[in-house]
Amino acid sequence: MSPRILPGLTGTPRLLVTAAALTVLAIGGTFLLDPYRNYQLALVAAYFCATAGLTLLIGLSGQLSLGHAALMAAGGYGYALTANALTESGIDGVPRFLVSLVVAVVAAGLLGLLLGLAGARLSGPYLAGVTLALVIALPAITSVFSGVFRGDQGVQIAYDGVPEALRLIIAVEQWQAWVAILVTAIVVTGLAVIRRGRLGLRMRAVHGDETSARLNGVPAGRVKVAAFTASAVSAGAGGAILCFVTQSVSPGAYTLAFSLLLVVAVVVGGLGSIGGAAVGAVVVVLLPWLIGTAIGAFDLPTELEQRLSGNLGVLVFGALLIVVTAVWPGGLAGALRRRRRRENRMLRADQMPPAEPRDSRPAEPAIPASPASHPISTEPER
Amino acid sequence: MDRLLFLLATGLARGAIFALFALSLVLIWRAARIVNFAQGAMAVVAVYVAFAVTGLTGSYWAGFASAIVAGAAIGFAVERGVMRFAPHDSPLSGVIIAIGLVMVLQSALGILFGATVRPMEVPFDERPIVIAGVPVLSPYDLFVLVVAVAVMAALGVLFTRTSLGLQLRASAFAPEVSRLLGVRVSRMLTIGWMLSAAVAALAALLLVPTELGLSPHSTDVLFVYAFTVAVVGGLDSPPGALLGGLVVGVLMSLVTGYLGATVAPIAVLVLLVVVLLVRPGGIFSARQVRQA
Amino acid sequence: MSGATTTDGIAAVSPASDASTAGGTIAVEALRAGYGGEPVLHDVSFALAPGEVVAVLGANGAGKTTLLRTVAGLVPVASGRVLLDGGDLAGVRVEDRARRGLAQVPEGRSVVAELTVDENLRLGALQRHRGRARDAAVASVYELFEPLARRRTSAGHQLSGGERQMLALGRALVAEPRVLMLDEPSLGLAPIVVAQLMGVLRETAASRGLTVLLAEQNVTSALSIADRGIVLALGRVVADAPAAQLAADTALRHAYLGF
Repeated sequence: MSPRILPGLTGTPRLLVTAAALTVLAIGGTFLLDPYRNYQLALVAAYFCATAGLTLLIGLSGQLSLGHAALMAAGGYGYALTANALTESGIDGVPRFLVSLVVAVVAAGLLGLLLGLAGARLSGPYLAGVTLALVIALPAITSVFSGVFRGDQGVQIAYDGVPEALRLIIAVEQWQAWVAILVTAIVVTGLAVIRRGRLGLRMRAVHGDETSARLNGVPAGRVKVAAFTASAVSAGAGGAILCFVTQSVSPGAYTLAFSLLLVVAVVVGGLGSIGGAAVGAVVVVLLPWLIGTAIGAFDLPTELEQRLSGNLGVLVFGALLIVVTAVWPGGLAGALRRRRRRENRMLRADQMPPAEPRDSRPAEPAIPASPASHPISTEPER
Repeated sequence: MDRLLFLLATGLARGAIFALFALSLVLIWRAARIVNFAQGAMAVVAVYVAFAVTGLTGSYWAGFASAIVAGAAIGFAVERGVMRFAPHDSPLSGVIIAIGLVMVLQSALGILFGATVRPMEVPFDERPIVIAGVPVLSPYDLFVLVVAVAVMAALGVLFTRTSLGLQLRASAFAPEVSRLLGVRVSRMLTIGWMLSAAVAALAALLLVPTELGLSPHSTDVLFVYAFTVAVVGGLDSPPGALLGGLVVGVLMSLVTGYLGATVAPIAVLVLLVVVLLVRPGGIFSARQVRQA
Repeated sequence: MSGATTTDGIAAVSPASDASTAGGTIAVEALRAGYGGEPVLHDVSFALAPGEVVAVLGANGAGKTTLLRTVAGLVPVASGRVLLDGGDLAGVRVEDRARRGLAQVPEGRSVVAELTVDENLRLGALQRHRGRARDAAVASVYELFEPLARRRTSAGHQLSGGERQMLALGRALVAEPRVLMLDEPSLGLAPIVVAQLMGVLRETAASRGLTVLLAEQNVTSALSIADRGIVLALGRVVADAPAAQLAADTALRHAYLGF
């Protein structure tokens, strides 16, 4: 997805350089945007954290979570409660932010670990159902434990201003965008390293065929738990950023609809693709805003306008989700990949080996033996 | 003690609705190997149709019949118009498309009818039936129980005693062999969806008057409860759905009655997680859970 | 084995027309077919006369299963034609081919494991018979395969390998096909059971004039009941000759059939 800069670099160093370059570019870009756009950029960054983790989870490990909003909420509440506790004991500024962020990530990670442990034993639809039940139970959880979570109102936190040194140069929205971009950059780079590393390979193996992955020595259960935990950690970071930017966290912000929106973002961007997750995050922030602006442009009766503004976006996203899954699997990223492959194929069409002829019977003499007879493959595991 | 009896009876009536809805999920799962997350949204559309018909004709029964017909029609449209195009290479595609369908249907209802919760009237006396001086259950709850039992019995006869039922089962278990025997498997799949959606519509229609009323999101929680029921009973097992429905219904009635309504969704979540961790195949299912 | 009388029994209770009791002709012309990409079958041609029993022989992977599946309509045809009684089957769906009298007993566990023996048979009879005639047709299968009669209410997965193969064959016969295709019916069965099955097949084919296309690795068994044999190798027809001649051709057997 990134242009072919620095052709000399390969592998992880190349990835790190690309990530650093994109981060600098994004931070530089904040100078070109007005405060509202910077606020939107911070939201995009927060969503990108969550979608990048989700796309890895669904696209690579094949586990569908409909409850990522609840994991973001875990991060948000973790951040807000810690920040308030620290404020009371007189700590503020960068230490408060960092400690709260760590607590947020750990809280979401623990919840993710629990879900992952359940998910490791379940097939796709069951896990989807559990995560759905979780996100639907969220308002009930916050109101039953309203002493901590403050029910429907949620938790408000103190305002984090721009540090002294920068106060003359940038506005608070731009500062928030910087923080959001930096945190997101770290989280997403981590995910990208996982994706192209051994864990990513194993996640693909588990998704492709869990039984054969197991026979090849891939600890399928642990890989699935690791995938869920990693994606929960990034969702938690996203929730923490969202709380930092909006200074509050409440169950109303993390509804089922929002959770499904995250799924739309990663499916439309292309499952498994981090660039696709970025595009998805942008679409999820901008499309409702665009639709809202468009509706406002027509002079509609107030009631109709209200109905449309809440629903038209969801309608469009739902239709996108269906169409992309049915006719365009792989989303945007997949379409780009296919096009690149087509071009490559045209370049070396003459070298293509013919496809293997095959019969429908299960045991062909051509197939060497059962996978169990060579346990080497990725590498043995205890 | 009186209260316990009342909660148990109400729980049975509620459980019968959960069981019906769970049964509709089991029907689709057996026919198409899809957990239809759009089942609730499809059912709520049918209930809106019933609401409109009752409003126009003034007859609850006309609405009742139209909900079933609308449910079947929606099942037909969804299978032929959407689900048929789900890619078969990943078990997640069907679920994701169903999610898209939920978003489309619920937002379309929101645009057409707004988010107002509309109370739904039923032609039944509200005073509970009193047996030996103890109020047991309302006439409407009795009606719900009777309808649920009748529908389940009818489905049982259809599937085990008729040649349509035989073809439906064969197509679900062994589509290729069934085709080789001349069974129109793709038609059976459509019929399976229609049956299932009609049953779900009926369950939703029975539930809505007992809740606050009709809104595009009326069935969100019903779906989660019914999914839990299906998991408790085993997605492959119609008798499991029946038993699971009664268990979950009574449990929720007791939790709501003694601990409060807000605790119910948490109780369902806990039940779901515990069952999935302890008996992933369902409590009443002898078979192993299918890993996707 | 009392096959002759009981198979007459089937014919007697069936309300079917002449066309359904007489065997059909099945032919393939210059057939190329496969699963996408390179085809498995290359330029395969042959024809079966009504009532003829033909064995399709060849090593594992020669294309026997693909051939039968293509004729049944389960594998798409790349080029060439499949003809039933002279009519082109292109565009005719699998289930409609079955309804036109083309039956297939697929390889392996083709019994619907979740249904009972009785339900499996009823499923087979569904398209051909209604009401009482269906009961009679199912009953005639129980006379043909007595072990099945004792297991009417057993689920398919409770049956032994031999019982399953009897059930699969009975389920195909109860539909009174004109052309019957069988894929490796002897696979994994004891020799005595294979001999029984082949006996029933031969007698039924003879008494009804049923056309049979039998794909087999068990060359001896297949040739013992076949009129003719077709040998496939790597998806091409390498021999098409009377059964006796194939059985005697040592060189051919060594080259393509591995014994």
